Amino acid sequence: MAKELIRLQNLCMAFDDEPVLNNINLYINDKEFLTLLGPSGCGKTTTLRIIGGFTTPTSGDVLFDGVRINDVPPNRRQINTVFQKYALFPHLNVFENVAFGLRLKRVPDPKDSAGKRMVRLTEEEIRSRVMEMLEVVSLKGFENRKPDALSGGQQQRVAIARALVNRPKVLLLDEPLGALDLKLRKDMQIELKRIQQQVGITFVYVTHDQEEALTMSDTIVVMDKGTIQQIGSPEDIYNEPKNAFVADFIGESNIIDGVMLRDKCVKMYGREFACLDGGFAENEPVDVVIRPEDIDIVPPEQGQLVGTVTSVTFKGMQYDIIVDFRGFKWLIQTTDHSPVGARIGVKIDPDGFHIMKKSAYSGQFGDYSSYSDEYDELSDADAVGTDEQEDGYAE
Amino acid sequence: MKKNTVLSRAFLFLMFLFLYAPIFVLIVFSFNDSKSNAVWGGFTLDWYVQLFQNQTVLTALRTTLLVSLLATLAATVAGTAAAIGFSSMRRRSRNLCLTVNNIPLTNPDIITGVSMMLLFVFAGQVLADLSAWLNAQSWAEQANLWFNFSFNLGFWTLLIAHITFDIPYVILSVLPRIRQLDPNLAEAALDLGASPLTAFRKVVLPELMPGIINGALIAFTMSIDDFVISYFTAGSQVSTLSMVVYSMVRRRVSPEINALSTLMFVAVLVLLIAINVRQARQDAARQRELRSAGRV
Ligand SMILES: Nc1ncnc2c1ncn2[C@@H]1O[C@H](COP(=O)(O)OP(=O)(O)OP(=O)(O)O)[C@@H](O)[C@H]1O
Ligand SMILES: [Mg+2]
Repeated sequence: MAKELIRLQNLCMAFDDEPVLNNINLYINDKEFLTLLGPSGCGKTTTLRIIGGFTTPTSGDVLFDGVRINDVPPNRRQINTVFQKYALFPHLNVFENVAFGLRLKRVPDPKDSAGKRMVRLTEEEIRSRVMEMLEVVSLKGFENRKPDALSGGQQQRVAIARALVNRPKVLLLDEPLGALDLKLRKDMQIELKRIQQQVGITFVYVTHDQEEALTMSDTIVVMDKGTIQQIGSPEDIYNEPKNAFVADFIGESNIIDGVMLRDKCVKMYGREFACLDGGFAENEPVDVVIRPEDIDIVPPEQGQLVGTVTSVTFKGMQYDIIVDFRGFKWLIQTTDHSPVGARIGVKIDPDGFHIMKKSAYSGQFGDYSSYSDEYDELSDADAVGTDEQEDGYAE
Repeated sequence: MKKNTVLSRAFLFLMFLFLYAPIFVLIVFSFNDSKSNAVWGGFTLDWYVQLFQNQTVLTALRTTLLVSLLATLAATVAGTAAAIGFSSMRRRSRNLCLTVNNIPLTNPDIITGVSMMLLFVFAGQVLADLSAWLNAQSWAEQANLWFNFSFNLGFWTLLIAHITFDIPYVILSVLPRIRQLDPNLAEAALDLGASPLTAFRKVVLPELMPGIINGALIAFTMSIDDFVISYFTAGSQVSTLSMVVYSMVRRRVSPEINALSTLMFVAVLVLLIAINVRQARQDAARQRELRSAGRV
């Protein structure tokens, strides 16, 4: 059983009476790679800054190893941070940047048997630890460069080395790969994961890139508007999204209104479909999530549903096909080409359905009628539904 | 078009003539081997030699340098601290403070000088009254105590005045540096185990240093340069160089003054050039930074 290292308890944060975090409850295990995932402005950085000690929460507790650390200043926490914009010290070269924490460190004097006297690290020890760390981040030979003479990727690796060299229990990383191009970002994702496993420490990683979160994390925390929407392993989050927001934010999803007739049977478009979910009330209105890759295209006469292809986009590995089913547009990802205007049937296996309870997000996501706008939808802060709509379904 | 440039050239020439001709004449006549300020009697360094044998001038030089150095030091520390304080304020109170800071800069020196003199005289009187009252108390008499808090215009009032008028210049040159500062830098230092004081010393201060040094140079120049405020706040016992020049001129115009003025002019000129060269270097560095940031 993994050991719990950090716990956030009923954490709330407000800036000038503007709530930014609402009742965050979260625990982080030792040596875990945990990712905070969510759209811009959802409170990821704020959460990280509270763990790091740079921001004091309005209410709630931060526990480290079972001890409340709300009032412990950042310089006394066994936590180091890689800042969103690196924050390297411009007047120091790479070596001195990395050595910064070590030069401040006091360790028990090895010559003092009582272990009470504290001494600084020796110059040789600092040098060997810095060089070892520069080796880990493949920056040997750059010791004497100033930060402004480094590329974005190199600066980022200096920032990681500067934090890791102190052997913290926890490393906080705030969108550390945000400034890098796609290729470098992919390389650094693998590199970071390797470093985390090699040094064996806890990573709390912030990103708004769902793919990055899925590939790197042990645990993902999906946030929106200062509230945790779901916590789980990448597989859990992808396969069993809790609500329309999560389903839509993690990968592509068709989200359709349905009614749960009974266990393992859902009704949509006036038809009954076999599924694997259960535990809902009889005739409970639900959101039905169908991933684009779980849909098979079949001849119309064999289809569970029949629709018209309205657009086809070639994506390299597959085609993105938009199909109109009675005015609601679905995204289907398939390796087979179907021409625009063709009438096609679709077949969905029972394990292709994911049934979610209705939430405030119902009806806001998962329709592909304006496909090209899909990616903008997330940045649209007002896209989330009101309680009114929820009431409408409950009647 | 062509006529225009000729005209503007001529105008420029006249402007420089008016600006620099007096100084040029002053410098030339400081080497004049004649008591007259109109007749050229050959080259000599006599006036400079005499100047450095003149006890009044030497004392004034010492006072000027001491006051300028001490005032610069104090104003740099106070101004930097104030600038840091301003930058962490909310916008409205910060703007208010900045306006208050800028008023002395635009205020005529004569007003600053006179008002400070009045303040010092008033404070001296109040303290003298306080001392007298304390000395009249029976317990003071019993304890054999004698109080004397009163003071006169002199070196210390001169120094306080200089510190006061130097501070706004330091603030103005440090503030932009603070604005450019990445707020995460200090946090990064804390994160790595530095105490707030160490973070300030090792990370924030080096980043502010160019602005602080610029501010100190400007403050020093202003102090060396000042006449009006010094005149009102130094009292009758203490004189700065500019005050000595003034009193010498009132007696008779001696070529010694030319020599002294020339030296002061050169000193201030060197300082101003130093400030401008630093500024130009920093701007160039900033341009480079911006360009490289744009490239990434
Ligand atoms: N110092 C502050 N004062 C006032 N409001 C703040 C402050 N810091 C953050 N906020 C607000 O808190 C909210 C959450 O900010 P936060 O930086 O945590 O978002 P984020 O999830 O990290 O976003 P991004 O992905 O863009 O970095 C935002 O609405 C932001 O405007
Ligand atoms: Mg952020």
